[in-house]
Amino acid sequence: MTTTAQFNIHYRQYLDAEGQFLPTVDQAALPAFVRDAAELVKMYEMMVLVRTFDTKAINLQRTGKLGTYPPALGHEAAQVGAAAALRDEDVIAPVYREIGTQIWRGVTMAEILRYWGGDETGNNFAHSRHDFPWCVPIGTQTLHAAGAAMAFKIRNEPRCALAYIGDGGTSEGAFYEAMNVAGVRKLPVVFYVINNGWAISVPLAQQTAAQTLAQKGIAAGIPCIQVDGNDVLAVRHTMAEALQRARDGDGPTVVEALTYRLSDHTTADDASRYRQADEVQHGWTVEPIKRMRNYLVNLQLWDDTREQALKQSCSAQVDSAVQDYLATPRQPVTAMFDYLFATLPPRVLAQREEALQWANKKLSGSNQHG
Amino acid sequence: MAKVTLVEAIAMAQMWEMSRDSSVVALGEDIGINGGVFRATQGLQEKFGSERVIDTPLAEGMIAGLCVGMAAQGLKPVAEIQFMGFIYPAVDQIVNHMTRLRNRTRGRLTCPVVIRTPHGGGIHSPEHHSEAVEAMFCHMPGLRVVCPSSPARAYGLLLAAIRDPDPVLFLEPVRIYRYAKQEVADNGQALPLDVCYVLREGNDCSIVTWGAMTVETLKAADELAKQGIQVEVIDLATISPIDAETILDSVAKTGRLVIVHEAARNVGVGAEIAAIVAEHGLYDLEAPIQRVTGYDTVVPLSRLEHEYAPSVERIVAAVRRTLS
Repeated sequence: MTTTAQFNIHYRQYLDAEGQFLPTVDQAALPAFVRDAAELVKMYEMMVLVRTFDTKAINLQRTGKLGTYPPALGHEAAQVGAAAALRDEDVIAPVYREIGTQIWRGVTMAEILRYWGGDETGNNFAHSRHDFPWCVPIGTQTLHAAGAAMAFKIRNEPRCALAYIGDGGTSEGAFYEAMNVAGVRKLPVVFYVINNGWAISVPLAQQTAAQTLAQKGIAAGIPCIQVDGNDVLAVRHTMAEALQRARDGDGPTVVEALTYRLSDHTTADDASRYRQADEVQHGWTVEPIKRMRNYLVNLQLWDDTREQALKQSCSAQVDSAVQDYLATPRQPVTAMFDYLFATLPPRVLAQREEALQWANKKLSGSNQHG
Repeated sequence: MAKVTLVEAIAMAQMWEMSRDSSVVALGEDIGINGGVFRATQGLQEKFGSERVIDTPLAEGMIAGLCVGMAAQGLKPVAEIQFMGFIYPAVDQIVNHMTRLRNRTRGRLTCPVVIRTPHGGGIHSPEHHSEAVEAMFCHMPGLRVVCPSSPARAYGLLLAAIRDPDPVLFLEPVRIYRYAKQEVADNGQALPLDVCYVLREGNDCSIVTWGAMTVETLKAADELAKQGIQVEVIDLATISPIDAETILDSVAKTGRLVIVHEAARNVGVGAEIAAIVAEHGLYDLEAPIQRVTGYDTVVPLSRLEHEYAPSVERIVAAVRRTLS
């Protein structure tokens, strides 16, 4: 027998858990943003804002002011690093947890709260008009990104699509189908696996026998790479390279970012039922924000005074978003009908009238009692 | 004016619209160089190239998912699912995304997609090639389900479906793909969706049907005419949303209703039509509503398939029951 094909999966990490460059890193070969103070600080500030928002969102849920919410805790570098590599005109197909990417791309925190608070207007992003909405059915969004990439390719536009997916999602057929067609047609799309080790209660070892999730791209004939998802520098550089490849017409890439879900799956979950506390404690020792802060401090770009100011600013921004969210009036009952079709068919129009009448009756009823 | 079959009219409509509108793309399995297994995309790839007429890998869920992505970014995909029995992997994308993207984003993103698929049996196909499961899709909010019954209506309704700003499941009755040729003007003229087409007028009984069953029903109408019974034959054409008004007006005139469909009876579209008439036209009825349908069984293989679908005899008998 002879060997007909051989494959390797490369892993990229620049910073260690304390924010020091690994000794193997050739710092001179790193991309320009690694020395760009403004860019570095911007990414760090966003990561802290995401964590501030996350904490507040959980509090809102616990006090009955928000629906089920999927925390981003621990994913800040994976989300922000990817977002920073994107261009405005690119399109993302996110999972439901991509808080950091969404805020970076201009989705307002009030919009995010509206969505998780049970209001579809939260998906009507005022800024990133072309991005796909939060996606709940696991893995399905990878095909939307591939389809978007197909549209860009057909129209000859220098744009990319970025599909997010979790470790559990890589078991879905849609993921394989999307990678496969993207490989065949050299689509400008990046499949970004954020591997946080857990799909609700199912650990990676029960999800796959594969050594890495990145290697799932090999069968589709597309390049794949693994990166430390808690190292925002490595994430951003890797995503920028993958997106540039796509933009240059060289086709798709699979990027697997290794991170850890420090929170419950959602606010409706209790992870202590199925995972050990020491595992979570270890997760905290490699978490992304401390690492980036140390890096900035070492570069003398950051200090306690700036940290205090940032925390105050983040709290104020989040509080303002919460006020905006809480002041949002409920959509009229007719809203559930008004976006079903461009023109509502008569039988559904009749149901719209019926719903409106019941809502008005309830309203006048409550007025009488009030 | 050329005389064409229904399947030729389907290809003609796509050819017209792809020439007119550069945002229209076609995709599916074997639709390119092969022109589709029924030749419904004959000549498209030759004319528009392999970037706009895409032979996809073999995965129906992928086809539907790509459509969502392309449509949300401004294209108008016309996808072919090779047989309706293979549409099930695509249901996730159709139901969870295609039909609700407009609603989920409050109109920010939309899905002007047409999914074309052969419908029903009657041509001695292998297993899984003869399904008629339109009722499943009619249950889904945000989706139009359309089924033409002649070359002219196939041409006009497909143009309308492609131009519609929302997703349309376009069912092509295989039994009449090549049943008869009809003169069809290739002039880009669409026919209205969401309305029934009255194929034959009559005062004694209304028959509502669609797709290939219009042929059996019109034969039954001829048979009944010989017996002095004049039936009104209504082609539903847009199966969802239903044009209730035309049906109710007809029942008000005839006082009798027979519904004919190839699909199984249980929770079929006939049940919805019967319920509409029961809710809004009960006092017009002079006899119980009759349904002539496929049986609530698995579609049999070819040797029994003609026993499964409604026949002229079964339709005639149902009409006579309403008059007895």
